[in-house]
Amino acid sequence: MTEVNGHRVTPVTGESPSPPTRAEYCVIACAEAWRGAGEILASPMGLIPSIGARLARRTFAPDLLLTDGEAMLVDADGTVEGWLPYRRHLALAAGGCRHVMMGASQLDRYGNQNISCIGDWQRPTRQLLGVRGAPVNTLNHPTSYWIPRHSRRVFVERVDMVCGVGHDHADGARYHHLARVVTNLAVLDFATPDRSLRLASLHPGVTVEEVREATGFALTVPDAVPYTREPTAEELGLIREVIDPADARAREVPD
Amino acid sequence: MTADEVVSRLESGMTLGIGGWGSRRKPMALVRALLRSDVGDLTVVSYGGPDVGMLAAAGRIRRLVTAFVTLDSIPLEPHYRAARERGAFALTEVDEAMFMWGLHAAANRLPFLPVRAGIGSDVMRVNPELRTVTSPYEDGETFVAMPALRLDAALVHVGRADRRGNGQYLGPDPYFDDLFCEAADAAYVSCEQIVDTAELTKEAPPQTLLIKRHTVTGVVEAPQGAHFTSCAPDYGRDEAFQKEYASLPWAEFAGRFLADGDEQAYRAAVRAWHEERS
Repeated sequence: MTEVNGHRVTPVTGESPSPPTRAEYCVIACAEAWRGAGEILASPMGLIPSIGARLARRTFAPDLLLTDGEAMLVDADGTVEGWLPYRRHLALAAGGCRHVMMGASQLDRYGNQNISCIGDWQRPTRQLLGVRGAPVNTLNHPTSYWIPRHSRRVFVERVDMVCGVGHDHADGARYHHLARVVTNLAVLDFATPDRSLRLASLHPGVTVEEVREATGFALTVPDAVPYTREPTAEELGLIREVIDPADARAREVPD
Repeated sequence: MTADEVVSRLESGMTLGIGGWGSRRKPMALVRALLRSDVGDLTVVSYGGPDVGMLAAAGRIRRLVTAFVTLDSIPLEPHYRAARERGAFALTEVDEAMFMWGLHAAANRLPFLPVRAGIGSDVMRVNPELRTVTSPYEDGETFVAMPALRLDAALVHVGRADRRGNGQYLGPDPYFDDLFCEAADAAYVSCEQIVDTAELTKEAPPQTLLIKRHTVTGVVEAPQGAHFTSCAPDYGRDEAFQKEYASLPWAEFAGRFLADGDEQAYRAAVRAWHEERS
């Protein structure tokens, strides 16, 4: 990682592949959520988190469990290694051996997440998915979030319906752990005295001002903000040639 | 039984559980029969998909108990959304795990089960009737006391069944269909094919025998009975048709595909629609 005002470090390789795209920095930032996680289930929701989880599984987190998106646990190459229908999935979540990366229609400074509805719950202006498993996830195992479009519409002062539980609502819940929020602009974490969101790293090419402008509350910004780390040549190769050769990631986060 | 005979045993005002998950293995032939009847004022308990979308659009739901409503490949169920946004029914919105433990409580004849989910979230705000329970042991942790989701009737769809009500799923996920049946006073199982009992385990392992006959009131043979939702391995989701369902205004969809009588008429209308497109 480099300083905001420093030079950008490019990966040192013999063949000099094209520089990382924004989507690829996002993949790296998502993958990092599962570093050191051990033998747990990675539950990525969304395309870029899925690529990130598979990258982590193939590199620095080889013990991760992954699903095929249905009821099977699969190896990196798709080989079935286990069975995880929804009922077992919910049991696994309760057992804590899982780190989920969920989406959010709204997210506030303490990490309260909303995927249920916009407006008054009694008669919403926009009905969304519903609370789904966000309440059980956030009370039982590590949770991160993926926001493909960092905007004031998502990062709000107060969410309309608390689905995923934030720090100001958790009341010391024993297994509550919000790890990180990855967006198309930056990585945020909760390393502040009141456990509100802080700018942890900027994706290269993004400024602090851009992130501030796109956030609907006062974000804690440290004096020196590092850049999101560079992908290694091996990681870039895996992303581009093995995990997502069709470059679907660029449709989720254009350059 | 026929689907219409099942519906003749349902009454307005009942609490009705519907199996499957999202747009997967939903008992749609039974839901379509329900739509042909005048049964309404229902409390529907479902991991919601187009079953909920259709019943909500048709004004049959008084209260919905759910954690989500989705068409999976189309994340937001448009007919459900529209009904909810016009305040067409009351909602009990709970977490996926709370929902599951509510069914377990009902199946186990317990008034509630403790769940580590819900506390701290607005599930507690929007369901003020929910109570908590504190562990009587040293840990002293407080949990949601998820009340039993007892059902007057359950509707589920599986791959095979025998005439006595032994139901078999052949896909990768049982969802919660056995629990729905166990939580209900009367459970009705539709299936792709009714087979002799001995057939059930001729090729498939015994673990596929998901539903036990003592929990089942009636069996309906309904080929394509989950259409347009998936029923693996017999068929996948009819994505093109689901898209049509999601794009058309409800009245137009119902007018074209559900108005002319029975399930056979529905299948003919779907076939005609596919032929028009090809």
